[in-house]
Amino acid sequence: MLNREDFEILNDGLIYFDNAATTMKPRCVVDSIVEYYTKYTANAHRGDYDNSLRVDKKYEGVREKVKNFINADSVKEIIFTKGSTESFNMIIFGFMSVYLKKGDEVLLTKGEHASNVLPWLNLSKKIGFNIKYIELDENYRVTLDAVKKNISDKTKVISLAHITNAIGDVRPIEEIGKLCLENDILFVLDATQSIGHLKIDVKKYNISFMGFSAHKMLGPTGVGVLYGKEEILENLVPIEYGGGMNTAFSSDGYYEIKSLPARLEAGTRNIAGVIGMGSAIDYLTSVGMDKIHNYEMELKKYLINRMKSIPNIKLYNEDNDSGVLLFNVGNYFSQDVAIYLNQFKICIRAGNHCAKMLHEVICSSNTCRVSLYLYNNKEEIDKLVDALMNQDKILDTLV
Amino acid sequence: MDSNMKRNLILDNYQNPVNRGIPKDNSYKKVNSKNESCVDNIDVAAKIVDGKIEDIKFDGDACAICTSASSVMTKELKGKTLKEAKAIIRNYQNMINELPYDEDSLGELNIYNEVYKQPSRKNCALLPMSSISKIIDSVE
Ligand SMILES: Cc1ncc(COP(=O)(O)O)c(C=O)c1O
Repeated sequence: MLNREDFEILNDGLIYFDNAATTMKPRCVVDSIVEYYTKYTANAHRGDYDNSLRVDKKYEGVREKVKNFINADSVKEIIFTKGSTESFNMIIFGFMSVYLKKGDEVLLTKGEHASNVLPWLNLSKKIGFNIKYIELDENYRVTLDAVKKNISDKTKVISLAHITNAIGDVRPIEEIGKLCLENDILFVLDATQSIGHLKIDVKKYNISFMGFSAHKMLGPTGVGVLYGKEEILENLVPIEYGGGMNTAFSSDGYYEIKSLPARLEAGTRNIAGVIGMGSAIDYLTSVGMDKIHNYEMELKKYLINRMKSIPNIKLYNEDNDSGVLLFNVGNYFSQDVAIYLNQFKICIRAGNHCAKMLHEVICSSNTCRVSLYLYNNKEEIDKLVDALMNQDKILDTLV
Repeated sequence: MDSNMKRNLILDNYQNPVNRGIPKDNSYKKVNSKNESCVDNIDVAAKIVDGKIEDIKFDGDACAICTSASSVMTKELKGKTLKEAKAIIRNYQNMINELPYDEDSLGELNIYNEVYKQPSRKNCALLPMSSISKIIDSVE
């Protein structure tokens, strides 16, 4: 495993395999938050005293870190949000509500997370643009051919997860980005599941907008990022108005709003969260994104090999390039399996993983999900496999 | 009843549920319930005639507790008047929620009297009752 000692929470035998839901936090992330609260608490952009200046420097420093981490052109393209969900709502209600017209087409898939579906469904009812779902192949993956087949002269936007939370498939985003460029289509990327696992380059992939949450990349909850290419982001209309985003207002109704990025960050932000996210980015960078990915793939291979030795196991997505594995054991209901594993302090996720349209495609809507990260190791996988070998014990936890 | 016996009864109702399968018959009122915190998804249908539950069925995709509780519930509520049924439902809900309840009215449903120890299971055990409650409310 990589750097397991930095994750105190794992010291007591906790086996955490639910990293697609959220990740554990290394000491340095927690320390950076505590330091803000104990050593230099102040609001950002508001004062002339030392602590306030220190906060400004830290806060804006994280914008720079994010910019470099995703290879954006400018810090103006980085907006701090509450997380992916808010980022997507801003993109869709702040930008697409003006950009899209009746009859336009938006391409999604049935494997997308609720936060990249529901805002679209809601807005399409108001505006009358059409949502088309790119067909998934027999392994629930998006192929370039399927994307091409769905593009028409009405296609204005393609909005996809880089890695889906339910299946863990990695989409060919570089190629899709190229297609978008050639066809004058905006490419919206949901990087929530990939940001902590793969190197992302917004320029190389021709990304117009992107959203992610810090808590899935070793950072704190309640904070995330909206990225937008500057000339496009300029046209995103704020959906929140208040302090920090205006330059002037008066009783005759006049008001003026700031330039990017402040315009899109109304009110006191989650300063501690932003600082913690910066620390998570430093941490990931120091370990190395390639190293993390390679290690996860090695673990995944081990996981699949070991899982295959379990009687009556069904694996749904063996050959994808992420640390997500879906399975079912015999006819046991996924939640019964998850509750059984809890006795061994093994945390897995049961259910439909917030991709509620996926059951229209996948035959079993309920699955158990293991999602790996850098601090997991082979011994943990062995313990999972041992527990699942004793299948006749699964329902012992009923009473 | 000891835990082992309760477990066996739950398992039996899970693996061989009774009254499963919803008839295509307009005289049945049907309600779908989903568990907001997990993925249990069941339908309950009841035929109510002259203030009495003449028949009750369920179907769906749910965990062992939810499926078995649906099965036991149909057994306990079939043939009851709406007044009796409502008393059973209230008692059962109280049992799951650790409130005072009348054990004698619950029959086989008493096998769920330890579910409160596993908070994540509570909603599973309550789901079928919430469906039949909705049906009763809709006819009253
Ligand atoms: C693919 C994907 N997109 C978006 C989200 C929403 O993220 P958040 O809940 O942090 O806003 C998630 C969270 O599970 C996700 O997995």
